[in-house]
Amino acid sequence: MAHILEMRGITKEFPGVKALDQVSFEVEEGEIHALCGENGAGKSTLMKVLSGVYPHGSYTGDIVYDGKVQSFGSIRDSEEIGIIIIHQELALIPLLSIAENIFLGNERATRGVIDWHETNRRAGELLERVGLGREHPETLVDDLGLGKQQLVEIAKALSKNVRLLILDEPTSSLNEQDSEKLLELMLEFKAKGITSILISHKLNEVSKVADSITVLRDGAAVARIDCKGGVSEDQIIRDMVGRSLDDRYPPKTDHSLPEVAMKVTDWTVHHPLHADRKVVDRVSFEIRKGEVLGIAGLMGAGRTELAMSLFGQSWGRGISGTVEIDGRKVEMKNVRQAINAGLAYATEDRKGYGLVLDDTIRRNVPLAKLEKISNGIVVDSHREAEVAELYRKRLNIKSSSIEQETVNLSGGNQQKVVLSKWLFADPDVLILDEPTRGIDVGAKYEIYCVIRELAAAGKAVIVISSEMPELLGVTDRLYVMNEGRFVGEMPTAEASQERIMATIIKTAGDRT
Amino acid sequence: MTDTTTGPDMGGDSRKADIMGYLKKHMREYGILIALVVIMAFFQIATGGILLKPVNLTNLILQNSYIVIMAIGMLLVIVAGHIDLSVGSVMGFVGAVAAVMIVNWGIPWPIAGILCLGVGALIGMAQGFWVAYYRIPSFIVTLAGMLVFKGLTLALLEGQSVGPFPPAFRLIASGFIADPFGVDGFNLLSLIIGVAVAGGLLFLSVRTRRQHEAAGVAGEPFSFFAVRSGLIFAALVWMTWLMADFRGLPNVFIVMALLIAIYSFLTSKTTIGRRIYAIGGNEKAASLSGINAQRLTFLTFANMGLLAGLAGIVFAARLNTATPKAGLGFELDVIAAVFIGGASMSGGVGTVVGAVVGAFIMGVMNNGMSILGIGIDWQQCIKGLVLLAAVIFDVMNKKKG
Repeated sequence: MAHILEMRGITKEFPGVKALDQVSFEVEEGEIHALCGENGAGKSTLMKVLSGVYPHGSYTGDIVYDGKVQSFGSIRDSEEIGIIIIHQELALIPLLSIAENIFLGNERATRGVIDWHETNRRAGELLERVGLGREHPETLVDDLGLGKQQLVEIAKALSKNVRLLILDEPTSSLNEQDSEKLLELMLEFKAKGITSILISHKLNEVSKVADSITVLRDGAAVARIDCKGGVSEDQIIRDMVGRSLDDRYPPKTDHSLPEVAMKVTDWTVHHPLHADRKVVDRVSFEIRKGEVLGIAGLMGAGRTELAMSLFGQSWGRGISGTVEIDGRKVEMKNVRQAINAGLAYATEDRKGYGLVLDDTIRRNVPLAKLEKISNGIVVDSHREAEVAELYRKRLNIKSSSIEQETVNLSGGNQQKVVLSKWLFADPDVLILDEPTRGIDVGAKYEIYCVIRELAAAGKAVIVISSEMPELLGVTDRLYVMNEGRFVGEMPTAEASQERIMATIIKTAGDRT
Repeated sequence: MTDTTTGPDMGGDSRKADIMGYLKKHMREYGILIALVVIMAFFQIATGGILLKPVNLTNLILQNSYIVIMAIGMLLVIVAGHIDLSVGSVMGFVGAVAAVMIVNWGIPWPIAGILCLGVGALIGMAQGFWVAYYRIPSFIVTLAGMLVFKGLTLALLEGQSVGPFPPAFRLIASGFIADPFGVDGFNLLSLIIGVAVAGGLLFLSVRTRRQHEAAGVAGEPFSFFAVRSGLIFAALVWMTWLMADFRGLPNVFIVMALLIAIYSFLTSKTTIGRRIYAIGGNEKAASLSGINAQRLTFLTFANMGLLAGLAGIVFAARLNTATPKAGLGFELDVIAAVFIGGASMSGGVGTVVGAVVGAFIMGVMNNGMSILGIGIDWQQCIKGLVLLAAVIFDVMNKKKG
C-alpha cells in the first residue's frame, strides 16, 4: 500500500520550548493509524501542523500528502484536499440545527441564498452514513447527547469529502456504548477506503482498531509499531513513558509527621449540568502534615473537580462526604470558609481563574487574605508593598518591580504569583493543580523547591499533575484517580510510570 | 528610580529618558487631566474669559454636581464589570418622590430627604439583587429599570410639575456656606477652606512619597511630582479664590468634595475597594480567592441607587420643582463621563478622580459651547466625538503598552 501521508523531519518551536523535534510520521492509505503519547508529548501540535492551524513556514520539515509536498496556509487549505480534523472540544454551535452545523461555512446556497430543502436532504443522507438516520436534520445540536454530537462532527467531515480523518481523543467524553459505536464507525470508514488518524489515551481502543501506531514522547517520534501481529498495551506504555528521572527534581527528604492534616471521607460530586453524572465518586483519602501527596490520572479523571469541590464547593453540585482538618470536622460551603479552615487551591488555569491579569503583582499577591494587611477596612499599602516584595524575592519572580501588571509576566512567573497568593494565605493544606503546566524547566525546578520547602515546614501539599515524572519527582505518596474514583494508592518510592499507567488502564471502562 | 532622579550628580540624558519613560507609562492618567486643562484653556480664550468668571465657574459646578455625584457611583458599577442605565430615571423618580412628600404631603424636608435617599438605595438593591444573585445581565435589568422608573415618575406626578419647595430645602442646591468673617463681597471662610484642603492634599502626597521612598518603592520622577503637586495646589487655591470672590463655596460643592474624598479613599485604600476591582478584573479568580462577588455586586448597585437618589434631591432643589422630564438622558452623560475618565468597559479599571474629571470635561464643554452660542445639535455631535476620541486614545495607549 502507498503512503497517503508522510511527515518528514517536522520541528516546531514555541518561545522557549521545542514542541516537536524532527518528527517523522507515515500513514498508509486506508489504514487506521493511532498516535499515542503522554499529555504534552506533542500529539496535538503535530496534528495542528498537519491541518494547517500552524501555517507553512511556522515549522520546518515537509508534509507530503498524495505524493506532493504541501504548504498549507490555513485549515481551509488542508480541508480542500480532504484532511479533516475533529478536535477534542467539539466545534459545533449548540443553538443551530444539525443541518446548519454540518454545512456551516460550506452552505448549500446559490448566490448567498440557502437552499434549505437541499441542505436538509443532504444532511439526512450524511446522518444516515454515521448511523444517526433517526435524528431529524432540523434538531438543535444542543438537544443531542455528547456521543451524537461527536457523530454530527463526523458527518460534517464527510460533507467535505474527507480522505484523511483525524480524531483527537474522540471518546474522552463518551460513555462505553457511544465509544463502541464510534469505533465501529471508524472500521466502517476504513472498509470504504477512508484513512483515519486516531489520537487516544485509551490503549484498549487503540489496540482494537489501529493498524499501526506511532508513539510520541517529549516531542519526538520514539517508536512505530505494526499491529498486524497484535500488540500488547504494556509495549505501548513502555514506549510512552520510557525515560529516566534525572536531577530535574530537588532532593527529597521525608518530612511527614504522624499527625493527619486532612482527612476526606466518601466525597461525591455530581456534574453541575448533568445532575445524574457522578464526576467524583466516593473518594476517601488522608494526608499527613509535612507530606507531599500526588494525584495521578488522565485528563478528565475528575482530579480538578475533586479539588475544586473540596475548596468551598466551587465546582459541582449534589456534593456529599466529610472533611476533617486537624482532626476537626469542617464545613466548607464557600471559598471564604475553606480559606479560613486552612485550605488553599492554586488553579490549573492561572489566567482564567488564578490572576487578575490587569492588576499588578502587588495587588494580586495579598488578594486571598487582605485581612492580614489591613485593619479589616483600610489596606495598609506599605505592608502590602512589603509583602509583595517579600514574595517577589522569595519566589524569584522575574519582573521589573511589584508594580508590573501580571498580564506581562511569563507563564512561569505568573504561576509564581499565584503560588505567592496562596503562600501568603498561609494554609495548612495546599492543593496545587498542574502547578507547572506550560512553564519552562528552570521555573519548574524552582516551584518543586517551594513544594519541598513547604513540606519541610510541616504543611501538607497535594499535587495534581498529568506529568507522571513530575509526580514521581516531588511527591511522597500517590493516589491514582480514574473516572471519578481513586483506583490505587502507592508510596512514590514503589511507584513507576508503568505501574501508574497499568493501574489506570486496568480500571478503565470496568464501570457500567 | 526615585533616588536617582533626585540626585544632583545625575546625567541629564538618563534623567530625560526616565521622565519620558514614566510619562509614556502613565499617559492614561495624565492624559485626561491634560485634556481637561487644554479644553478649559480653549474655552477660556474662545469665550473671551467668560468661562472662568467667578459667577460662571460657580454655575459650572452647580450645573454638573448631579452628574458628578452619579459618576462616582457609576464608576464603582463599571469597575465591578457592570453598567447602570437606569440612573437618570431613578434620579427623576426620587426627585418626584421628594416633591410629593414635601409639597403635597407636607412632610418636613429633612425627614423627606432621608426617606428619599432610602428610596434610591432600595431601588439600587432591587436591581442589584437580580444582577448579583440571579446573574441577569445588568444591561437588561437596568434598561428595564430605566423604563419602569420613567413611567413611575410620570404616574407619580400625574404628568404635572410639582413645586415649589420650601426655601430651606432649596438651599441644598443653591445655597452657599455662610461667612462668619463679614468681609465685604468676599467669602473668606471659603478661601480658608480651599487653602486648607489644598494644603492638606499637598501634605498627604508629600507624606506618601516620603513613605514610598523609605520603603524603596519606585514612584514618579521628582520633577513630575513637584510640578503635579504644585499645579494641583495652585489650581485649587485659585478656584476657591474665584468662587470666594462671588458668593463663596456652594453647599453642593462641599457635598461633592466630601463624596470624592470618601470614594477615592474607598476605592484605593480599603479592602472593599480592592475587592471590587478584583471582581471586575477577573470574577472567577476573585471568587476563588474567597471574595464574595455576589454581595459586593449587590452593594455596588445599592450604592449607585443611593447616589442617584442624592442627585435627584439636588436636582429637584436646584430647579425648585420636580418635573416628569427630570433626569431624561442623564445616564448617558454619566456613563460617558466614566469612560472619558479612563474606566474600562470590561471592568477592573478606572478611578474616582478620573470619572470626576471626565464629568467636568463634559460639563466644561456644555458650558463653553453654550456661551459660544453653539446649538444643542452640534453640542451633542461634539460631545459624542470627544467620548469616542477619549476611548480610542485609551485603547491605543493600552495596545502600545
